[in-house]
Amino acid sequence: MKQLPRLLMFLAALSLLALFIWPMWKIVLYAPQYPDGVEMHIYINKLGGTSPGTLQNVNILNHYVGMKAIEPDSIPELQYFQYVILALVFLGLVATAINRRWAFMAWLILLVVLAIAGIYDFYLWEYDYGHNLSDTAPIKIPGASFQPPLIGVKEILNFTAVSLPHWGGYFFGLGMILAGVASWLTGKTRRA
Amino acid sequence: MKIQLSKLLPFCILAAGMLWSTSCGKPASASKGGALGSDAASRVYVAPGQYDEFYAFISGGFSGQLSVYGIPSGRLLKVIPVFSVDAEKGYGFNEETKPMLNTSFGFVPWDDAHHPELSQTNGETDGRWCFINGNNTPRVARIDLSTFETAEIIEIPNSGGNHSSPFTTENTEYVVAGTRFGVPYPQKDVAIDSYAENFRGALTYISVAPETGHMEVAFQVLLPAFDYDLAHSGKGKSHGWTFFTTYNTELKSSLLEVNASQNDKDFIAAINWKKAEEYIKQGKFREMPARYASNRYDDSVHGATSTMKDKVKVLIPEECPGLVYFLPTPKSPHGVDVDPTGEYIVGNGKLSADLTVHSFTKMQEAIAKQAFETTIEGIPVLKFDDVLAGVVTKPGLGPLHTEFDGQGNAYTTFFISSEVVKWKVGTWEVVDRAPCYYSVGHLMIPGGDSRKPDGKYLVAMNKITKDRYLPTGPELTQSAQLYDISGDKMELLLDFPTIGEPHYAQGIAASKIVDRSRKIFPIEENKHPYRAMGEKETKVVREGNTVHVYMTMIRSHFAPDNIEGIKVGDKVYFHLTNLEQDWDTPHGFSVMGARNAEILIMPGQTETLLWEPQREGVFPFYCTDFCSALHQEMQGYVRVSAAGANTPLKWKLGDDVMQ
Repeated sequence: MKQLPRLLMFLAALSLLALFIWPMWKIVLYAPQYPDGVEMHIYINKLGGTSPGTLQNVNILNHYVGMKAIEPDSIPELQYFQYVILALVFLGLVATAINRRWAFMAWLILLVVLAIAGIYDFYLWEYDYGHNLSDTAPIKIPGASFQPPLIGVKEILNFTAVSLPHWGGYFFGLGMILAGVASWLTGKTRRA
Repeated sequence: MKIQLSKLLPFCILAAGMLWSTSCGKPASASKGGALGSDAASRVYVAPGQYDEFYAFISGGFSGQLSVYGIPSGRLLKVIPVFSVDAEKGYGFNEETKPMLNTSFGFVPWDDAHHPELSQTNGETDGRWCFINGNNTPRVARIDLSTFETAEIIEIPNSGGNHSSPFTTENTEYVVAGTRFGVPYPQKDVAIDSYAENFRGALTYISVAPETGHMEVAFQVLLPAFDYDLAHSGKGKSHGWTFFTTYNTELKSSLLEVNASQNDKDFIAAINWKKAEEYIKQGKFREMPARYASNRYDDSVHGATSTMKDKVKVLIPEECPGLVYFLPTPKSPHGVDVDPTGEYIVGNGKLSADLTVHSFTKMQEAIAKQAFETTIEGIPVLKFDDVLAGVVTKPGLGPLHTEFDGQGNAYTTFFISSEVVKWKVGTWEVVDRAPCYYSVGHLMIPGGDSRKPDGKYLVAMNKITKDRYLPTGPELTQSAQLYDISGDKMELLLDFPTIGEPHYAQGIAASKIVDRSRKIFPIEENKHPYRAMGEKETKVVREGNTVHVYMTMIRSHFAPDNIEGIKVGDKVYFHLTNLEQDWDTPHGFSVMGARNAEILIMPGQTETLLWEPQREGVFPFYCTDFCSALHQEMQGYVRVSAAGANTPLKWKLGDDVMQ
C-alpha cells in the first residue's frame, strides 16, 4: 500500500507509450455522401485514418475550397514530437525512482504545460489550413473559414466536423490523472 | 383418362381466370389481383437505405450476362457482363479484358449464359464465386463475388453445346460441363447421317482450386451421343456422384422434336467421379488432342491472359467399370435435382405426365447385385423398378425443374401448365400449386439445390409475359416472380422484369457476401505494367507508331490533360490509372472518335483504351462518370497532326509542362 503512489507514477509514465500505438486525436467529417464519415487520425509521428486513403480523401475534399494539401512531411512536429514523448516517459521513470511528491508534481506540471502548448500548436495548424486559402480555389465563399473545431462539433459548409481525442490522447490524459493521484496520495500519507 | 384430365388442367386455369375477369372487367387484372395477399406490398418493401435479405444471381440467357437482384425487393443491383461485351464498363473492349473472350475460334464476344451456380463448402453456399455456363461456344465462367466481376473463363474442348453445366460438387471440387449436342469426337468432317457411329457426348469435369478458384479441365467421360441436358451433383450420402439427364437417346440428328421424343424412357447418367479420380490416378485415361482457351483475370495486374491448351484426359466407360450407370427415366427428362439429404434424385421428365424420383440407396443396391437390364457401350443400364423411389402422379404438365425448401417439400415448375407445384418428398403427394405468368422455366429457392436451403422465398422465372407489363413493341421482357413459401400455401408477392432471358438462378443470404465485397483496389498493390502510381509517373512514350499514354485520374482532372505530337495512323494506348482510394469513386474515360467504347476505372485500378486517330485536329477527352462537383471540368485535349508531321511529343497539366 505504501508503494501505491510510486506504482501509479510508474503507470502514468508508461501510459504515454500508448501514443506510439494509437492516434492522439481524430477529426471526422460527415456529409451525405460520407455516411460513415471521413475519419482522419493524428498520431505523434504521422497522419492516418480509418483507411489508407483517408488523408488523400481529406485533401481531395479540401482542394475544392483552396485549402493547402496536408502533407505530413511539411509538419515538423510529426518529426520531433515522438522524442518529446520519450523524454517525458524517461522523466516519469526518473520521478518514479525519486518517489517524492515534488518529483511527481514537477512531472505533472510539465505534462500540463506541454499539453497546453500542443493544443495551441494544433490550433495554429488548424487556423492556417482553414484560413490560408488559395487565390485560385474553384469554390470561393466570401467570409467563410474552413477551420475545424479544436474540440467538439462544428458545421463547415456541407460537412459536420467532429474533433476529439483518440485513444492515445485519452491515455495522455490518464497519465495526468495518475500523476495527480500519485501526488495527492503522497501528500496525504505525509500529513497522516 | 388420367392423361385427358391433365390435358384439361390449363383449360381449368384459363376458366378460373375468366371467371375472375368478369368481376374485374379486364382479363389482365385477373392474374394480377388473384394471387395477391393484401399485405404483399409490405412484405417485399425494403425501405430506402435498407438492405435486402438475399442476393439473387439471375442468368441473362442470350444477353450473355449475369444480373444481381436484391430479394425480396426485386431491385436490380448490378448487371455483370460475362459472355458479352459491355460498352459501359469496357468489358471486352479494353485491352485488359479482351483476352477473357478468347476461344479456340478467336475472340467470341457473345454467348448464351444459362445456369449460375454458387460455390459450396460442405454442401452449403459460401459466397466465394458464382459459376455460369456459356452454351453456344462451350465455356464456363467464374465470377468473383468480392469484385462482382468475371474472373475466369475456360473453354470446354470437344463439346457441342455446354448446357448441363456448371453444377458444382459439395466442396466445389469440380464444376461440370456436359455437352448438349453430340459431335464427332474429336471434331472431324463426317456425314451427319453417320451420327450413331461417329458422334459422341463428352461430360467434362473442371477442377476448381480451393484458394484461387482457378479452373482446369481435369478429365472428360466419353459417352454415347445422347443430348446431355442438365445435371446436379450428389450431396451428403450421394457425394461423389453427378447425375446428368439425357434426351435423344434415339441418336437422331434431324427433326428432333419428333425423332428424339420416341423412347418411353431416356436416362439419367450417374457418374461416379470419385471412381474417375482413381482411374485418372491409375493412368487409365487416354490423352486426346484438344484445343481450348483458359482465360484468367488477375486483380493485381488488373488484366487477363489467355492460354491455349492442347490436350485433355478422357475416360472411356468400357475401360473403366463402375464409372457410369444409366438410370431409365421417362420421358426426355430435363432438370435433375437432388434433395438436401442426397437420397432422392428427381428426374423432371418434361414429356411425361408424372414426376420420377430415384433413390440413391436403391441405386447402390442395384449396382451391388449387378442385375442390369442391358449395357450400352459398356455402360450398365439399371432396372427402372430397382432404382425407383416413387412417382409424383399427375402433378401438372411439362415438369422442368425442382428445388427444395429444407423442410421436406419439393417445388417443381411445369412449363406447359405454367405453374409451380409443391409436393412432399417421401410421400410424393401434391400439397399446393400456384400459377405462373407465363410458362415458367427454372425456379430458385436460395440454397435450394444445396444441403441447406433457405426455404423462405421462391423465385420462378418465366419465358413469356404477354400482358403482364406495359407493352414495349414486339419484344417483351421476361420475368421473375417471387413467392413466399414460409407458410403452407405459396403466396405470390411480386413479379419483376429481368435482364435477357433468365434460365437458372441462385440465391444466397446477403450476410455471406456483404463483408467480402471490396470497396477499392489498394493502389500500392497495383502491378499493371502500364500503371502510373502518381502524377509524377505520368508520361507519353512513342515506340514507332505506337504511343503509350500513362495517365492518371483523380478528382477532378487527368494528368496530363494536354497531349501533342500524336499523328494520324498512330495506335494510341491510353493507360488510365485511377488514383482514388475512396469507395464508389470510379472515373470514366472517353475520347472522341474512339471506335470501341469508354472505360470505367475503379479506385486503384489501371485500364487501357486503344485509340486510332483517323484525322488531323484537336480532339477532346473527358470523364464519363459524374465524379465530383468539378466533374464537368474533368476534360482534356489530344492534338493529332498529319502522318508525316514533326510536331514534337509533349504533354502538360495546367502550367506544369511535364515534357
